[in-house]
Amino acid sequence: MADPVLEVRGLCVDYGLGAEAVRAVTDADLVLRRGEVLGIAGESGSGKSTLAYALTRLLRAPGVITGGDVVFHSRSAETGEVTEVDLLAADGHQLRRYRWSEIAVVFQSAMHALNPVARVENQLTDVLRVHRPEMSAEQRRARAVEMLRMVGINADRLRSYPHELSGGMRQRVMIAMALILQPQIVIMDEPTTALDVVTQREILEELMALRDKLGFAVIFITHDLSLLIELADSIAIMYAGRIVERARAAELFHAPRHPYSLGLLSSFPSLHGERVRMEGIPGSPPSLAAMPDGCKFHPRCPYAMDRCRTQEPPLTRLTDDGGVGGEGGDRVTACWLHDGRQDPPEPLGRAFPLLASPPAPRPGDLSRSTS
Amino acid sequence: MTAESAESESAEPVGGTEPAEAAESAERAEHSKSAESAERAEPTEPASPSKVVHGPRRPGIPALEARGLVKHFPMHSGIGRGQVVHAVEDISMVLPAGTVTAVVGESGSGKSTLARLLTGLIKPTGGQVLLDGEPVGTGARARRKYTSSVHLVLQDPFSSLNSVHTVRYHLERPLKLHTKLGRAERAERMRQLLERVSLTPAQDYLDKYPHELSGGQRQRVAIARGLAVGPRVLLADEPVSMLDVSIRLGVLNLLDDLRSGENLATMYVTHDIASARYLADCIVVMYAGQVVESGPATQITDNPAHPYTQLLLSAAPDPARAETPVLRGRGAPPSLVNPPAGCRFHPRCPFAMKVCAVRSPEPRPVGEDHVSACWLHASELDDDQREPLSATATGPAIGTATAATVAAQAESADGATDAN
Ligand SMILES: Nc1ncnc2c1ncn2[C@@H]1O[C@H](COP(=O)(O)OP(=O)(O)OP(=O)(O)O)[C@@H](O)[C@H]1O
Ligand SMILES: Nc1ncnc2c1ncn2[C@@H]1O[C@H](COP(=O)(O)OP(=O)(O)O)[C@@H](O)[C@H]1O
Ligand code: SF4
Ligand code: SF4
Ligand SMILES: [Mg+2]
Ligand SMILES: [Mg+2]
Repeated sequence: MADPVLEVRGLCVDYGLGAEAVRAVTDADLVLRRGEVLGIAGESGSGKSTLAYALTRLLRAPGVITGGDVVFHSRSAETGEVTEVDLLAADGHQLRRYRWSEIAVVFQSAMHALNPVARVENQLTDVLRVHRPEMSAEQRRARAVEMLRMVGINADRLRSYPHELSGGMRQRVMIAMALILQPQIVIMDEPTTALDVVTQREILEELMALRDKLGFAVIFITHDLSLLIELADSIAIMYAGRIVERARAAELFHAPRHPYSLGLLSSFPSLHGERVRMEGIPGSPPSLAAMPDGCKFHPRCPYAMDRCRTQEPPLTRLTDDGGVGGEGGDRVTACWLHDGRQDPPEPLGRAFPLLASPPAPRPGDLSRSTS
Repeated sequence: MTAESAESESAEPVGGTEPAEAAESAERAEHSKSAESAERAEPTEPASPSKVVHGPRRPGIPALEARGLVKHFPMHSGIGRGQVVHAVEDISMVLPAGTVTAVVGESGSGKSTLARLLTGLIKPTGGQVLLDGEPVGTGARARRKYTSSVHLVLQDPFSSLNSVHTVRYHLERPLKLHTKLGRAERAERMRQLLERVSLTPAQDYLDKYPHELSGGQRQRVAIARGLAVGPRVLLADEPVSMLDVSIRLGVLNLLDDLRSGENLATMYVTHDIASARYLADCIVVMYAGQVVESGPATQITDNPAHPYTQLLLSAAPDPARAETPVLRGRGAPPSLVNPPAGCRFHPRCPFAMKVCAVRSPEPRPVGEDHVSACWLHASELDDDQREPLSATATGPAIGTATAATVAAQAESADGATDAN
């Protein structure tokens, strides 16, 4: 397993202060490994964007980080030496140094993130002017052209303004901007949600090819779990501000452990097999101001037991899950069904087919893309 | 619907739609076509109403029928001034009672324009719409009958309801306009309507304003309002694409219930082909203003015949897929101001042949109730016509529509507010 590049421990985020405060992210734990694509999925309002902005310190008021650690293991491109950076303690100067050049973000709405009055080419050369002052204008331009070519934008588009581009091309420009300084981490918040499937697929293909070439790690946020399963190496499922399950993508798909993960999976109609009526997840997520006691999912959970209504289940490692879970594994869930006091119901206790052997290499798997 | 019948038929394209002209070159073939088929390489000329009718086959008269619908939007400003956008080209389809027809395709393929033509919100450039087999009259009474029979549900649950009015107002207004019900009867009907869309108990919702409802609840109110006057036809234009995952399925299931419960004829417009498979009886695939393939829903997704349908399916998210899909036909749809001659998909099509660049393919049967408009299904082509169009087939990966046409189309579409 590759080395971690980002570690998040117990991250808490509130909106507002004092009595008015509501907690949008509670005790989030994540490990992002070098060259890995980590997906974050969950319903609208589950805290995906809040988490992403908090760990890059891009959170705006009234959002406040109220606890936890975020450690960035920065590796020098020249020496290969790794430095630990405490991002939550970093001052403005340090943040400016890492943000964009080492940790880049592609925002949920590309249209708002591009400068409407700057030509495509200048959007990129401006980034270089600020972060790579040692480069000549000539070099900056060459680099911008090269980067745009890598994301599939022809040189004849360099002088276009954002509004002259299709949504797919704007999204490509955003990705080029995020990658131009060769960051170690790219955080993408719903980068392709507004696009047509063909365009979405093309952009994701390009992203994966670039990841294999440049070796950056990706945090990919989306509500589209079926897309994420194809794309991500591992997935974190969020509900009501909490991570309720973390697993390898294939494990999550074939053998989910949390009832909410199962519900999300059964909200996406399949392209194959018998057509059967699906019921998805009844009800809707709680509001931040009125969180239920106990397990936050219990009002919607078909498996809820007495203790679920009063005690909140901790995120725990599934030790009896064989090779992939176990010590050092990443397979965790927060659900009382897996505390060993009962056998989990069949849909939540399925053996993962690849349990005995190491997971089969997936396209763009870790092992290929990391050193 | 069975796979066997599809296979046996697709091997032997049904003749009769094309004159045999095996010895002709593609160029000359263009001029030697029978008079019966008025189609030309000249792309601005609307084709004759084609004989193929898309949509679910059911006995009797369909609730709604489109015959040879054409819509060309004139462009009033921008670079394309004086030209037209070929948004919908010669579409014939039926929406029988008790069925759901899904219309799928990339954005800009003409799905919404087709839906708006069917509502009568915009006038067709050619062709006609029939309600219960009768052409729609132009008088005020005929209009009113039509609007109470055919209801449109839009994508954006925010814009489809008026933010200054309560749920009660939205439901009561059509009842006042289109029925003779008294106050008490209206109240009872409103309660039933909200129950019908699972907003219970009704009194919890009647006095709410749209902003107090979730996206899914708003979409339910929009559907309930549509049901108020007992429509026969529901046109739902991307009704779930702006909703959250868990809510989407609820709205799809509601449309499913209404199909049987209210015997509605539903058109479900979507870019999500998996949801089309889930809900629809029949899937109609649109590309650049034309129908390229249609047939029973599972047949279309399990055995797609047209290269464009195959492309859409290979690009669709599919967690069960073992390997990364290979996209065949990259890039974006063409500008509809000057659509490509011949098959409109040919600049993107990996299988494009010489003939594809000059002659537009007619829809042909490729299975039971399953048609596809592609020269690959034709047996009458000669070797020259079959010559691969490699130069264009491997053309630029993206940006088939130029920045200028994208901007011009966007401008033109902005300027046109007749839709709302
Ligand atoms: N500025 C703010 N003030 C108060 N609450 C906020 C603010 N921004 C977000 N929230 C709340 O925090 C919670 C998490 O929001 P967040 O945007 O992180 O969700 P998300 O998972 O990214 O959702 P989506 O899928 O819709 O993008 C929500 O309940 C939201 O209403
Ligand atoms: N009112 C209008 N004026 C000019 N062009 C329009 C208008 N409405 C739609 N179009 C154009 O018609 C084509 C089809 O659009 P539309 O029916 O909205 O497609 P879809 O719903 O499949 O995305 C597009 O090129 C669009 O720009
Ligand atoms: S802890 Fe209880 S309520 Fe929560 S997900 Fe597990 S079974 Fe359901
Ligand atoms: S007609 Fe030709 S270009 Fe069109 S889809 Fe078929 S093979 Fe491709
Ligand atoms: Mg978000
Ligand atoms: Mg549309």
